[in-house]
Amino acid sequence: MCTVCGCGGGKYEKFGGSRSREANRLVKVEQDILAKNDAHAERNRAWLKARNILALNLVSSPGSGKTTLLAKTIEEIRGRKSVSVIEGDQQTSFDADRIRQAGAPAIQINTGKGCHLDAKMVGDAMMKLDPGENSLLLIENVGNLVCPASFDLGEACKVAILSVTEGEDKPMKYPDMFHAAKVMVLNKIDLLPHLDFEVEKCIDYARRVNPEILVIQLSARTGEGLQGWMDWMEGMI
Amino acid sequence: MHEMSLMQSVLEIVEEASRGFTKVKKVFLEIGALSGVDPQAMDFCFDVVMRDTLAEGATLEIIRKPGEGWCMQCSKRVDVSERYDPCPWCGSYQIQVTGGEEMRVKEIEVE
Ligand SMILES: Nc1nc2c(ncn2[C@@H]2O[C@H](COP(=O)(O)OP(=O)(O)OP(=O)(O)O)[C@@H](O)[C@H]2O)c(=O)[nH]1
Ligand SMILES: [Mg+2]
Ligand SMILES: [Zn+2]
Repeated sequence: MCTVCGCGGGKYEKFGGSRSREANRLVKVEQDILAKNDAHAERNRAWLKARNILALNLVSSPGSGKTTLLAKTIEEIRGRKSVSVIEGDQQTSFDADRIRQAGAPAIQINTGKGCHLDAKMVGDAMMKLDPGENSLLLIENVGNLVCPASFDLGEACKVAILSVTEGEDKPMKYPDMFHAAKVMVLNKIDLLPHLDFEVEKCIDYARRVNPEILVIQLSARTGEGLQGWMDWMEGMI
Repeated sequence: MHEMSLMQSVLEIVEEASRGFTKVKKVFLEIGALSGVDPQAMDFCFDVVMRDTLAEGATLEIIRKPGEGWCMQCSKRVDVSERYDPCPWCGSYQIQVTGGEEMRVKEIEVE
């Protein structure tokens, strides 16, 4: 196009130089990309607080044992506290079925291609689930150590679950997630005798990205160490 | 790949901010080094998400913000390129991140 008189239009600035400001205006926006999600999250948080519900957001890579730990937790807490669960997976309702079998109401959210739960999805699920006052709401996020780190759901805190079969370097490889979590549950410790996983090294790595992180070691299968998890949760309630 | 859904949010913000204009020509994003966002992936998603909108064919300008922190041990400002970086002065990991987590739509160029 002609850069002298501006005829022709197209993708380029019409007059070039300073006069282009006349045709192309800059509009200040200054908005957080996650502002909308965060607003939903705050709404969820206020709703939960008004009902004195403790909500935990469980995050991990696929297969680290989130659903197994939830099922165990439900069994363990039965009669003392009512629990409900929101399950996030790209596909299937397998996990929600497992939770119902364990005896707690559950809602499955299928994110399709989405790789994380967001605050709006969780807010909608919460309304359907309608958890009672003073109860416990456990949210199992989509198995993914990257994306769920950025999305606040309105939970009290994130709990990162790492199984010992994944290797001790994961907190360093996925620092955002272990930074965002308040607790790291080191799961499947029943398998330690068969592996060369170094527990102390893993904890050291986790503390590098998050010096305050609390570490709970357990086996969701055998129940070893489960008491530490239950005690921590009671403390949060 | 949460860059795709982040870009959807960018589009919502851009559409809101460009009301009354006919075209969005440039979008300026501020992305911190510690935000967990991959600028290259953002670039890729931008064209896909902006298709068939006011911002189709627009250019994406990413302004990178460096990671910054405050070392609790030596009460000093430090550069943080990764979350697991120790303080370059004392080696401590007790660093409070003060900058580099930005994910913002800064401004847009419209016509
Ligand atoms: N040995 C051992 N196996 C476990 C333990 N916890 C879970 N598993 C097994 O690990 C596999 C995955 O467990 P899940 O509970 O489905 O893991 P998840 O994190 O919910 O998986 P996704 O929802 O698919 O991300 C299953 O075969 C479990 O039986 C444990 O403490 N020890
Ligand atoms: Mg599961
Ligand atoms: Zn220092």
